[in-house]
Amino acid sequence: MSTPLTADFIVDPYSVPLDSIDVSDSRMFLHHTAWKAYFERLRNEDPIHFQKESDFGPFWSITRFEDIQFVDKHHELFSSEPAVVIGDMTEELPLEMFIAMDNPRHDEQRVAAQPVVAPKNLAEMESLIKERVDIILDSLPIGETFDWVDKVSIELTGQMLATLFDFPQEDRRKLTYWSDLALDLPEVTGGDGTHEVRNAGLQECFQRFNELWEERTKLSDAERADKFDLISLLQNSEKTKDMVDRPMEFLGNIMLLIVGGNDTTRNSLTGGILAINKYPDEFEKIKKNPGLIPNMVPEIIRWQTPLSHMRRIATQDVELGGKTIKKGDKVVMWYASGNRDERVIDNPDAFIVDRPKARHHLSFGFGIHRCMGNRLAEMQIRITWEEILKRFEKIEVMKEPSYVKSNFVKGYTELLVKLTAK
Amino acid sequence: MIKIIFKEHSGAVHEVTGTEGESLMDVAMNNMVPGIDGDCGGDCACGTCHVIVAADWANKLAQANGEEDALIGMTPDKQDGSRLACQVVLNGDLDGMEVTLPEFQM
Ligand code: HEM
Ligand code: FES
Repeated sequence: MSTPLTADFIVDPYSVPLDSIDVSDSRMFLHHTAWKAYFERLRNEDPIHFQKESDFGPFWSITRFEDIQFVDKHHELFSSEPAVVIGDMTEELPLEMFIAMDNPRHDEQRVAAQPVVAPKNLAEMESLIKERVDIILDSLPIGETFDWVDKVSIELTGQMLATLFDFPQEDRRKLTYWSDLALDLPEVTGGDGTHEVRNAGLQECFQRFNELWEERTKLSDAERADKFDLISLLQNSEKTKDMVDRPMEFLGNIMLLIVGGNDTTRNSLTGGILAINKYPDEFEKIKKNPGLIPNMVPEIIRWQTPLSHMRRIATQDVELGGKTIKKGDKVVMWYASGNRDERVIDNPDAFIVDRPKARHHLSFGFGIHRCMGNRLAEMQIRITWEEILKRFEKIEVMKEPSYVKSNFVKGYTELLVKLTAK
Repeated sequence: MIKIIFKEHSGAVHEVTGTEGESLMDVAMNNMVPGIDGDCGGDCACGTCHVIVAADWANKLAQANGEEDALIGMTPDKQDGSRLACQVVLNGDLDGMEVTLPEFQM
């Protein structure tokens, strides 16, 4: 039996029989230790775990690092269609995104969109990002309690997204708003949002981007060739230049970049601050040796694991760890668990800025769907930390954070901090 | 001992040696050649061990399999001779092989 959402949440998974624990219950992530205990139990006692009933139907949980890597890599055995979150998307707006497509369509669309976040473009963006980070950090109050999520993490990722789309900066909070809506439904990720609000928001988003598309088509080819925003890039590519005529695909791609590039980086920026407060010696290490920042960045991304899972559907019967996953079964790869797998990562709960092989983590996934924005995310986090260390002696967390209620987005709604200047 | 010459994008050259059965990625890592990340640990699952093999040597290598091709296909900096270093296994025929590192890993 699964736990219906109305039932009390059980904080200690060891207090109930194995087959009555429910790792799809989004309340698990509202509690700063519950999710760890749940996954630890599955990793040790039943790493390929079948849950017969849940609010999202029956599904398999894959919880060990190496098994997750296997599933993620074998896209021919495990399909990404029709969705990559645990719940199925609503029928009203069947958005088409390449993250939820198999080949050949996946490769076609990814290759068209990829240049927008390709490392070459990023090198050109670096000084722009640094300027923005400077302005944001310089405007923060010293010695006063404020919300890091709102003032830094959201602000920075919002500005970055507006840049990627060449979307009006003054309206950037809209992007954040649409992103937050996209997956916030009870049946999709265990969120508290409603269809009404979501649909209205997505309609507005779609309209705005249609307008942007129209504006961009008025540019001459030469003008457009100089632009590296996503819309211009789609217009410049043969396969995608008419995408606006396929609204669900167009909106799908837009939403994919908005959601992909928003919550994830945002929650890494917040997670890092929490991490150095829980592991103050590590903050001292990084202050003494900022050269460790490039190693600390993947460690933050692992420790946070901004997306808890991706899901697949088995395309045939697959034997894994002594179990038979049947064709058509839903399979959930719990990155949040794999990144805490003591079989692969020493002392995995600890945040260690000079951890050896810090890049060997699951947060970006593996295989053909591996995160396309990984370098952009790493760059934003690296620059932010370089600038933080130049300015602040101390960043003190004033209160335990509040967490997002989702079994997909693993993050924070609030983190109150107080700064001491250098 | 099999000699491999790695050229960084900046032009810096590293002449190093490996043994039969090691992958190009192992050789680069063991000799601290910079520019390869190898995030998946050599499992052909991340594409961050991209190298470009000089034309004279490329045809001496075993063909890339479908997985490797798929990841290279998604690499923005791909060129003729692009391979994933973790999938290229050293043998005696490759003594003296030249390999260039891309400016960026995906
Ligand atoms: C720390 C930040 C980030 C994390 C943890 C993250 C995580 C992920 C994960 C887990 C996947 C799916 C991988 C798989 O199925 O194997 C993914 C895919 C993707 N991400 Fe990210 N992401 C981050 C930042 C970004 C950014 C900044 C962007 C873009 C602006 C982005 C765009 C995408 C896209 C387009 C895909 C789909 C790739 C495909 O299906 O081929 N992500 N990301
Ligand atoms: S190390 Fe990941 S593909 Fe070679």
